[in-house]
Amino acid sequence: MASKRPEHQAPPDIFYNEEEARKYSQNTHIIDVQTKLSERAIELLNLPDEESCLVLDIGCGSGLSGEVLSELGHQWIGLDISSAMLDVAQEREVEGDLVLGDIGYGMPFRAGSFDGAISISALQWLCQADKSYHNPVKRLYKFFSTLYGCLARGARAVFQFYPETPHQVDMITQQAMKAGFTGGLVVDYPNSTRAKKMFLCLFAGGQVQQLPTGLTGEEGSERVPTQARFDKERNRYKNLRGKSLKKSRTWIMEKKERSRNKGRDVRPDTKYTARKRPKPF
Amino acid sequence: MKLITHNMLTSNILKGVTKGFPLKIKADKVDNVSVDYNRDFITRIIPRIEYDALRAAVNDLGLNESLPETMPEAVQQDDEFLKTMHKVLLEYEVEEGELICPETGRKFPISKGIPNMLLQETEVS
Repeated sequence: MASKRPEHQAPPDIFYNEEEARKYSQNTHIIDVQTKLSERAIELLNLPDEESCLVLDIGCGSGLSGEVLSELGHQWIGLDISSAMLDVAQEREVEGDLVLGDIGYGMPFRAGSFDGAISISALQWLCQADKSYHNPVKRLYKFFSTLYGCLARGARAVFQFYPETPHQVDMITQQAMKAGFTGGLVVDYPNSTRAKKMFLCLFAGGQVQQLPTGLTGEEGSERVPTQARFDKERNRYKNLRGKSLKKSRTWIMEKKERSRNKGRDVRPDTKYTARKRPKPF
Repeated sequence: MKLITHNMLTSNILKGVTKGFPLKIKADKVDNVSVDYNRDFITRIIPRIEYDALRAAVNDLGLNESLPETMPEAVQQDDEFLKTMHKVLLEYEVEEGELICPETGRKFPISKGIPNMLLQETEVS
């Protein structure tokens, strides 16, 4: 079966042509998904409250993530390899400034320029060797090391990406650590195939920072906190030994919890949950 | 391309270039856009601006802006200076032209307001 992943179809500068780029300004589903991812990434970025910062948007595309940054009062500079996508961004009159460039050749910015960097669904493109002389590991290292340079000390970089294999995750994190970053992977809704989202959360020097925890529970529910949570607790399953009796109240509650962790729509628990029905005549 | 971006851009991704800053601007078309004045952002970003490079850029573009020769000491209180900085950094857009690497003379074209920093494989450091 042919692969559906866009990285396998063509290099990014070719794949994101006028037609593909137009989707990013018209398709409301794509816009919705990208906006949500950007909001979460910016939340993980943990920029100082009530201050407007200068943020680098890596693989900014049509500027959907940038618009979220603008709404929060930040200035941004976007970098992308596809000129068609940048043209769309220009048409949408985004507030940030745009630069055409290949992140695998390094970031063309001065040291300590940015308060933070975000990147939505771009990093996986670096894992491909699109030209015969491309070496993904070297390109990743080049990217991370130059990015480290252009961030202010203690700044964060948050990458949302779609890794194809666990090996890709290893390759990416290894090169990031080699370049001097600390931090690691934050996974939202880890139990769900559909709602699962990976964020690589990196810190450029400065004080030791605690890695934020990923989101769990119902996707898009009201209870999802809007602030990144920082806690040391680890969730262990209670009653690991001995499963509860089938069809019992605890069994049903556990089952509902599992579904909720997968991000499915589950009715809230009430006193009626798992209550026996009256006997029919 | 705004001048704030120019102030951050370098050509040190080129092979053999160590600093690559500041890039010289040859502008064919400069636009003026209006951006909301955000005092906090300007005071936050000023320590990171290479002031001499900014003055050189203003000179390259031939803008009629009066930037003092050195940055005033009490930047926070100097509202007039902050407003000028805001205007220079955010309100001028270089639409067409090119950026020139100070060390190698390599030209990076700017078209439709977007500087093209793409390289050939042979130029990569």
